[in-house]
Amino acid sequence: MNDLLLLMKSELVITIIIFGLLFIKVGKGMRNEQLLPIIQLVLLVNLIIGFFFNIEGSLFGDMFHTSPLIAFEKNILNLGVYLIALLNTDWLKKTNHLAEFFLLILAALLGMFCLISSGNLLIFYLSLELATIPVAALANFDLDKKSSSEGAMKMILSSAFSSGILLFGISLIYGITGSISFAALPQLADGSPLFTLAFIFLFTAFAFKLSIVPFHFWTADVYEGSPIAVTSFLSVVSKASVAFILLTVLYKVFLPIEHIWYYLIIIVASLTMLIGNLFAMRQQNMKRFLAFSSIAQVGFILVGVSNGTEMGVSSVVYFILIYLFSNLAAFGVVAVISENKQKENIDDYKGLYSTNPFLSWILAIALFSLAGIPPTAGFFGKLFLLTAGGSKANFGFIIFAALNMIISLYYYLRVTRAIFMDKNEFPIEKIKTNASVQMAMVICAVGIVLVGLMGWVFDYIQTLH
Amino acid sequence: MNVLLFLGFPLLTALFVLLSRSNQQVRVVALIGSLLQVVLALLLLFAFRVERGNNNAAQFLFEQQYPLIQSLNIHFHVGVDGISVSMILLTAFVVLAGVLVSWNIEKMTKEFYFLLILLALGAYGFFISLNLFVLFFFLEISVIPKYLLIGVWGSGKKEYSANKLVLMLMFGSALILVGMLGLYFVGGHEFDLVNLSRIIIEPARQTILFPLLFVGFGVFTALFPLHTWVPDGHSSAPTAGSMFLAGISMKLGGYGCLRVAVYLLPDGAKQYADIIILLSSIAILYGAFVTMMQRDLKYINAYSSISHVGFSLLAMGMLTQTAITGALMQMISHGLMTALFFAVIGMIYDRTHTRMVDEMGGLMKVMPFITTVLFIVGLCSLGLPGLSGFVAEMTVFVGSWQNDHIFHRIATISAAMSIVVTAVYILRAVARTAMGTITHPEFEELKDAHWNEKFAAMILLLGIISIGIAPGWLNDLLAPGAEIISNRIAGK
Repeated sequence: MNDLLLLMKSELVITIIIFGLLFIKVGKGMRNEQLLPIIQLVLLVNLIIGFFFNIEGSLFGDMFHTSPLIAFEKNILNLGVYLIALLNTDWLKKTNHLAEFFLLILAALLGMFCLISSGNLLIFYLSLELATIPVAALANFDLDKKSSSEGAMKMILSSAFSSGILLFGISLIYGITGSISFAALPQLADGSPLFTLAFIFLFTAFAFKLSIVPFHFWTADVYEGSPIAVTSFLSVVSKASVAFILLTVLYKVFLPIEHIWYYLIIIVASLTMLIGNLFAMRQQNMKRFLAFSSIAQVGFILVGVSNGTEMGVSSVVYFILIYLFSNLAAFGVVAVISENKQKENIDDYKGLYSTNPFLSWILAIALFSLAGIPPTAGFFGKLFLLTAGGSKANFGFIIFAALNMIISLYYYLRVTRAIFMDKNEFPIEKIKTNASVQMAMVICAVGIVLVGLMGWVFDYIQTLH
Repeated sequence: MNVLLFLGFPLLTALFVLLSRSNQQVRVVALIGSLLQVVLALLLLFAFRVERGNNNAAQFLFEQQYPLIQSLNIHFHVGVDGISVSMILLTAFVVLAGVLVSWNIEKMTKEFYFLLILLALGAYGFFISLNLFVLFFFLEISVIPKYLLIGVWGSGKKEYSANKLVLMLMFGSALILVGMLGLYFVGGHEFDLVNLSRIIIEPARQTILFPLLFVGFGVFTALFPLHTWVPDGHSSAPTAGSMFLAGISMKLGGYGCLRVAVYLLPDGAKQYADIIILLSSIAILYGAFVTMMQRDLKYINAYSSISHVGFSLLAMGMLTQTAITGALMQMISHGLMTALFFAVIGMIYDRTHTRMVDEMGGLMKVMPFITTVLFIVGLCSLGLPGLSGFVAEMTVFVGSWQNDHIFHRIATISAAMSIVVTAVYILRAVARTAMGTITHPEFEELKDAHWNEKFAAMILLLGIISIGIAPGWLNDLLAPGAEIISNRIAGK
């Protein structure tokens, strides 16, 4: 019993919060100004609890598995949700359905926790659905916007399609091996063509969720249509959780066919980096721009995934931590400007530095970190991903990834150039930012600078294995 | 002596710059900071000579090592040899002069000085680090400052130039990154320069890794045909930015070519030596002839930089000890000379508001100090004895001549011939600017150099002349380091 409480600690805490929110909603209700600080505080407490009592163990006949590393991954997601709640204060205060927003977000988060912990294809499938369906409802949260409904529709359809493929893959695997347990599958995998096919179906579901090329088409429209809080949740927290479970599935379950998935990963990683970059170059809307750049970032994550050992896991987890800070900071600035001035185009950002130096620096640091330029942490993150990817002496692939970093630098510089250099007669006026938004931005900036320079963070992740 | 002071001082200066309230305060803080850096650099030189005088024959002095990321075997390892000491001196001098000539910048003064000091920090860190990872980190740290300095405070088509410069330099960095990772895996998970130099890497691997590293660093030092960022970048940058780019940033590349590519991969260097010589000979002649066609003073200096840096790459390709010493001397000499040249061009431009040689004339009459400095720099550039240019080029040619193959002879002779072309364009440009009658009546009103500009020019002139008259001290610093590299190439 004690084990159950400790091992499922993160899930239980989230469940309690969800029930609390439900009670508040059912009761006489609270005004947003009162409720929001309480939720933010509760999320902070949740984040802090996440650091303690992390032990290794399994439950329900190996269906649920947790370890210090998995707990750390879950806490990265907690941090992401907490920062999103802070960064979007302006928007959340105005929304009519504050409690529902967090209900849905936390329900999806619960699904992601179970997803990362899953030790069985059945739990894996169920929690993947739990992590997806609330997000589709969230994408439709701007009820008066047509593009928001369109985005939600696209997301529902593509998710349904991908879960169909996933189920087909799972049924094939069960048919070949007679098992759906992660622990038993590696011994039963025979590497037959049918098994490979099943694996490819399974991987396709991952590709949909991570928006890996060629399954990326839903991304840009959904990102553009959704409220920015949801967009940042999709692009950071949701992707991070799927990337974590991808590591487990590839490195544990499908280790016998590593020679197959290694080449598959290399091909899709190259395509994803290149196509994400090429599309990002031509975007005018900041949300679409960040959507395509996050596709390219997933390509870089796959470079680390191709490693196949603990080094791959560490570098991916480390990069995702940095990516979370950088991308959330960038989305945070976009959210503030879009909420206050209704401007989302890169051209509108011209001359931003003259009126809003604080926002400009935050956005610039975030973009430089995404581009991987020191002293920001993005440099270390990218470098370790490439180190992980290069361990098999596949230099052509690494050169290709490094060249893609230059392409990505080109379009990140476009935004910096608009902010700092281009002249504009009517730049965006001075925006008074909320204290909690400022705090979240400072947390992100500190994270971007310090996580890289403090080398022990990476060492710490290495010790968690 | 603790070499980490070279990181601490600029960091503190940058911090105080950020905390300053008025523009005047910012300038004074930056000036004090960069003066202290010069003092520190001179102290380092002194301490280094004392240590060597005490027969401390270790390859690197004042070494320190701290673990950075243990699971990847990355250590923060710093230390200096004679080559790094001289490069640090160069950096300190150029940065001080850069701070002085930017005294009148009114547009976002605080940000300007902050970025300038960040550039200096990157250069110091690069020269003291003995771990490839740390070295690369400091090389890359200067990307953001360079981009913003050119893009915000530059002139002309500044956004285009800033973009081009940053993207080309990042291309170089990408090659270095891959080469570095290659060394890491070939050397058994090792980024440490000293440990890597003890490992014997099979020639087949060196064939792959050497071009990655050499071309990567070569982009920074304008290796033909990857030199195209130089003219645009240098001419669009603000004065201090051009001084830094040409004076220090290009030397980062040269130092990296030698310290990382040639030193760690000697077999690769031997395999590719002829190609390096060929490319650098082309750069020398091409740079010189293109300069003849330029009318803009900044373009003249930018293209002549390509030609001058070609000498040091040529010498690296020759692989003898004298030639490598010459390459390093040329780097130091060119750093001082070109920084001063850009400073003087900046001073002239601030007054006349033109950089076109044809539009100027007779400036000697109104600003004798500035034009005199211009003359001295010009003469240094064409290699007049008594100035640093002569010493450096002489050493390069002597070193190159030690190779008696016909190919090396032809390369040396053609490089030497370029000096004649240099004389043509330098004398023409300087004479047009300074001599003759005053072309525009409004030039009559112009004032000569202010105290800050005089100070800046004198500092750099001091360096140029002290190397020109007494090159022995610089040779003492550089030759032992060059000997270690050439011994490694010879397989001793």
